[in-house]
Amino acid sequence: MSEQKTVRFVITRQNAADSTPYEEEFELPYRPNMNVISALMEIRRNPVNRKGEKTTPINWDMNCLEEVCGACSMNINGKPRQSCTALVDQLEQPIRLAPMNTFPVVRDLQVDRSRMFDSLKRVKAWVPIDGTYDLGPGPRMPERKRQWAYELSKCMTCGVCLEACPNVNSKSNFIGPQPLSQVRLFNAHPTGAMNRDERLETIMGDGGLANCGNSQNCVQSCPKGIPLTTSIAALNREATFQSFRNFFGSDHAVD
Amino acid sequence: MADNREFFYRRLHSLLGVIPVGLFMTQHLVVNHFATKGEEAFNQAAGFMGSLPFVLVLETLIIFLPLLFHAIYGLYIAFTAKNNPGRFGYFRNWMFVLQRWSGVITLIFIAWHVWETRVQAALGAEVNFQMMENILDNPFMLVFYIAGVLAAIFHFANGLWSFCVSWGIAVSPRSQRIVTYATLIVFFALSYVGLSAILAFV
Ligand code: HEM
Ligand code: SF4
Ligand code: FES
Repeated sequence: MSEQKTVRFVITRQNAADSTPYEEEFELPYRPNMNVISALMEIRRNPVNRKGEKTTPINWDMNCLEEVCGACSMNINGKPRQSCTALVDQLEQPIRLAPMNTFPVVRDLQVDRSRMFDSLKRVKAWVPIDGTYDLGPGPRMPERKRQWAYELSKCMTCGVCLEACPNVNSKSNFIGPQPLSQVRLFNAHPTGAMNRDERLETIMGDGGLANCGNSQNCVQSCPKGIPLTTSIAALNREATFQSFRNFFGSDHAVD
Repeated sequence: MADNREFFYRRLHSLLGVIPVGLFMTQHLVVNHFATKGEEAFNQAAGFMGSLPFVLVLETLIIFLPLLFHAIYGLYIAFTAKNNPGRFGYFRNWMFVLQRWSGVITLIFIAWHVWETRVQAALGAEVNFQMMENILDNPFMLVFYIAGVLAAIFHFANGLWSFCVSWGIAVSPRSQRIVTYATLIVFFALSYVGLSAILAFV
């Protein structure tokens, strides 16, 4: 019998939020159709590293296992992507796994993505309809516009675009492409548009839209194919008009 | 930046890069091109520019102050980026990196160039064909000038592209691609003007 085929992993690990990262290597028997998460589960079943030493299981985040929740994002061979859809057969070996360092590392490959949810709150990425009485039905949305907006609504807050952006880092306060595109989505909604100017004002604040330097890595990296740079350029145009309205005054605060 | 001024500063930085600094640079390269028509033509053109009425006011408002703001804020922008073309080797990401490197090279070049010409003129030297001939006689300075001029032109041309995006003039991917080609033409056209002027002195 020929030697059994194996898969090699080099994993950047970290015990706690403030401890120093280190690398650990693993070698597992190959199985057909393996993906990165099934490999991590295999290591969890039998946490022994390549040197044969017993070690701790690796921490990572996951939920849907079908690339819709965004929780399992990590750097795989240097590029940020979802580990649940990263097929071992399509990856160069050794497969290098590392946490997305743009976010605070919780442990091993698990990161804290709260900053993106905080940004969504800051930009009011929802349609406000709550009140003390029934406001009645909102304006209708044209079907073709709905289809277009659906593409923007696919964002799963995975963080890949923030990891790819050279302007999102510890030296800058840039909120990144993900919340910006959501502003475009909610400003396009007929009811959401009633707070259009508020969202624009927020992203025209510090750490907002103007920090984009157009490296356009985000649009190349987004697993959902969201047209992030088109959203950003469209918001740039909106912001140009909004700044004129703010400066000169206008009768068109909302429409 | 404190108190929500960032948007204003960024847009001001972007605007000043084109108007007036970019326009001035274009004008400067075109006037220098008179060097290809001979010593007399160049001295006459340069003399005309230097003898404009209110020349100090014009220089201060159109060149020094806007350039100073753009350069200082540009350095701040450049050093708050964490360049990553190794991991993401896409075309636009390379342009992003080159925009920052070319800005730094341009700054070094302009500082030296202003010292050697405008400051010396203020100290009594006469800026003319002869002066440029002497400077560019040194092969090191010739290379330095070519690199500096090309960096400045690249920075301006690629900056025109990002200006169009920053202000929301080019929004769709197709329009951004068309502007890429248009600014490429600007780059080659101005490079021709700038380099033929430099080579006229050697
Ligand atoms: C001849 C002098 C210069 C000219 C004509 C010029 C022109 C421009 C233009 C037109 C832009 C595009 C603005 C935009 O993104 O909307 C730009 C951007 C930029 N400039 Fe300059 N610039 C000059 C000197 C400098 C210097 C000395 C620096 C300092 C390092 C610098 C740093 C930058 C940076 C970092 C950007 C990118 C801004 C961004 O993408 O957000 N520039 N420049
Ligand atoms: S925009 Fe794309 S890359 Fe960015 S968080 Fe959303 S899904 Fe992920
Ligand atoms: S586990 Fe949900 S995207 Fe991978």
